[in-house]
Amino acid sequence: MTDQDILTKFDGILRGLLLDDSIVLAMDTQREEVPNWDSFNYINFIVAVELEFGVKFKIADIESFADVGAIVTQLKNMAA
Amino acid sequence: MSVAPRSPNMNWLPLPPNLREDLRAAMDPSNPVDRLEKLASLAAYRLGFLESVQLDQAFGQLNLKQALGFLSIRLAILSSSTVDHLAPAIRVAGLRRRLLIDVHNGGFGQYQQDVLDPSSLLHQFAPQVILFSLSAREVIGNVPLTATLEDVDGIVLKFIGELRSLWRKARETNSATIIQQTFVDVTDTLFGSYDRLVPGAPMRVVARLNDRLCEAAAEDGILLLDIARVSERDGIEAWFDARRWFQGKLEIAPQAAPLYGDFVARILAAQHGLSKKCLVLDLDNTLWGGVLGDDGLEGIVVGEGSATGEAYLSVQRYAKQLKEAGVILAVCSKNDLEAAETAFRTHPEMLLRRSDISAFLANWDDKTENLKTIAARLNIGIDSLVFVDDNPVERARIRQSLPGVAVPELPDDVALYVRCLSDAGYFEAVTFTSEDRHRTDLYTANAERAALLGSAQSMDDFLRGLDMSVVSGPFTALDHTRIVQLFSKTNQFNATTRRYTSEEINHFVKLPNVLTLQFRLLDRIGDNGLVSAMILRPTGEDQVLEIDNWVMSCRVFGRGLEFEAMNIAVEAARHLGIKRFIAEYIATPKNNVISALYPSLGFAAASDPEVANGTTRWFLNLADYATCQSHIARAGVGS
Repeated sequence: MTDQDILTKFDGILRGLLLDDSIVLAMDTQREEVPNWDSFNYINFIVAVELEFGVKFKIADIESFADVGAIVTQLKNMAA
Repeated sequence: MSVAPRSPNMNWLPLPPNLREDLRAAMDPSNPVDRLEKLASLAAYRLGFLESVQLDQAFGQLNLKQALGFLSIRLAILSSSTVDHLAPAIRVAGLRRRLLIDVHNGGFGQYQQDVLDPSSLLHQFAPQVILFSLSAREVIGNVPLTATLEDVDGIVLKFIGELRSLWRKARETNSATIIQQTFVDVTDTLFGSYDRLVPGAPMRVVARLNDRLCEAAAEDGILLLDIARVSERDGIEAWFDARRWFQGKLEIAPQAAPLYGDFVARILAAQHGLSKKCLVLDLDNTLWGGVLGDDGLEGIVVGEGSATGEAYLSVQRYAKQLKEAGVILAVCSKNDLEAAETAFRTHPEMLLRRSDISAFLANWDDKTENLKTIAARLNIGIDSLVFVDDNPVERARIRQSLPGVAVPELPDDVALYVRCLSDAGYFEAVTFTSEDRHRTDLYTANAERAALLGSAQSMDDFLRGLDMSVVSGPFTALDHTRIVQLFSKTNQFNATTRRYTSEEINHFVKLPNVLTLQFRLLDRIGDNGLVSAMILRPTGEDQVLEIDNWVMSCRVFGRGLEFEAMNIAVEAARHLGIKRFIAEYIATPKNNVISALYPSLGFAAASDPEVANGTTRWFLNLADYATCQSHIARAGVGS
């Protein structure tokens, strides 16, 4: 799965959570740049990604993902 | 590679074919009512956490607080952990049952203040139902590991005592129904199996809390939301995720939200008489293995002696248990009637007997029509049925033709049928009385009466031949539970569909100017039980009473009890110096059967007869009342 494949799935998840079809995430997107992506919806996003990809992130990773790309990279590491 | 998060099981619901597209289609510009119907039909599918949020977002956009054919309920959740993530799933599970649930979340850990402060947002919200979702943590933290059983009980009872005064306070201020969540055991083991022998061990404290909670709830008439049990059944990992607790103090894991919501909606539905009432069973490969028509009576697999036979027997045993719990059993099968009935009468291994089945339809007709016939024969709504069939084609057909009927997605393996039915929670109850235990006998007795009717020359002959008598009087404490149940479960003969909590009924009984009446009907075949109840309250105008609500069980329809009941009500009211009755009929999709009730009793239309959509107002001057004719004698006063 390429970075872009994962980003596209992320888009779908976040659009569903925030009811905003204009969301397009990039590797360097930070949470603060996306309207309404607050800490509550961050938890929801992480949960939805974990359920979709069948993984569990470590609590320390969840707390320190610097941008969307960090989540993508971690996902790929876990799948490897 | 990490392990995927575990989710609770909701396998009885079918998987959505293509939710994302369907949601998009449902959001296409059309009128809100059509959209709501579409969303309600999508809510019938098995939705995960994200799908529930998505559907809820679409629902939120409609901004509907009320809709025809939907029941609106204001629910407040008071909690000692984060519960914001539960609200979408609660609303979605409400849509699944045609409930529009308006959810209010109290502040995190603010539940005491919310209840005690009369100006809190909670009281402004005016909830009809208050759900307490509390964590056991605050209690466990107070119990030293060395505590004796007495120490533990002291701490637990103090906590429960405080909780009880909050329940009381919340009830008084809002006259709301209280639901208390049981305490989920998220504790870790200290001594291993020996934990159970240490009173101060966290898991023992949680167990003690739940024991004492159940006792208090039973005493105070509080309903329980048993998350403790379901989280044990699914495995605590599916319900609690330590990472979510650290992240945001979520005690219920988000992936468990859909089932949590369903559990909440089940209770709300049960409270409003919307639980299912009848289990309709297919026969071949559902109640026994094999096809009766092909394999013959000797060829079907059921009973001890083979593992598969025992599994089918377990399905029959569960159906029989449900019958004892008051669920009506029916059969709907593509079979020859005589052959099918013979199997029930003569097969030695069959646990279910023909007399257990209140409506038995075996023929080659379309099952849609058969289900309609079953509902009509039993005099219950079509949406009171659960249709159990191993054949996915029949299931899909019924889901499409009769969306109100619950159709569990039965697993491929008969060994798992019972678990599926039990998990689905179709028959959620908020009361259990001796009437329930005998309900199916009453249906059988009604079948006898129907036979008597067949042989009678006329309806009059039939009614006279029944030797009916009525026992009436004010509501009694002894019959309290049954009265609460009658008001909450009755949908057809229900004049205003006002539902009352146990507390509200008690309140009416205590008010000096309120006239309450209960009616028990007896006949030569047996006691029909307490079948009707009426509440008449003052209107503010002197010597006038308004019928706040009047309900009657459908199993005594057509017996003329309404006439004798009104005779009794008029007599009782005259005794109190009352000169006039006011009555209201509020139309719902289910109570059309009594739309002409009041004129038939001699009431006249009020000057403003049509108040709103389907609501009519009536009055009766007691001086003009002509005693109604009936074939029901007075057997006395009391319960």
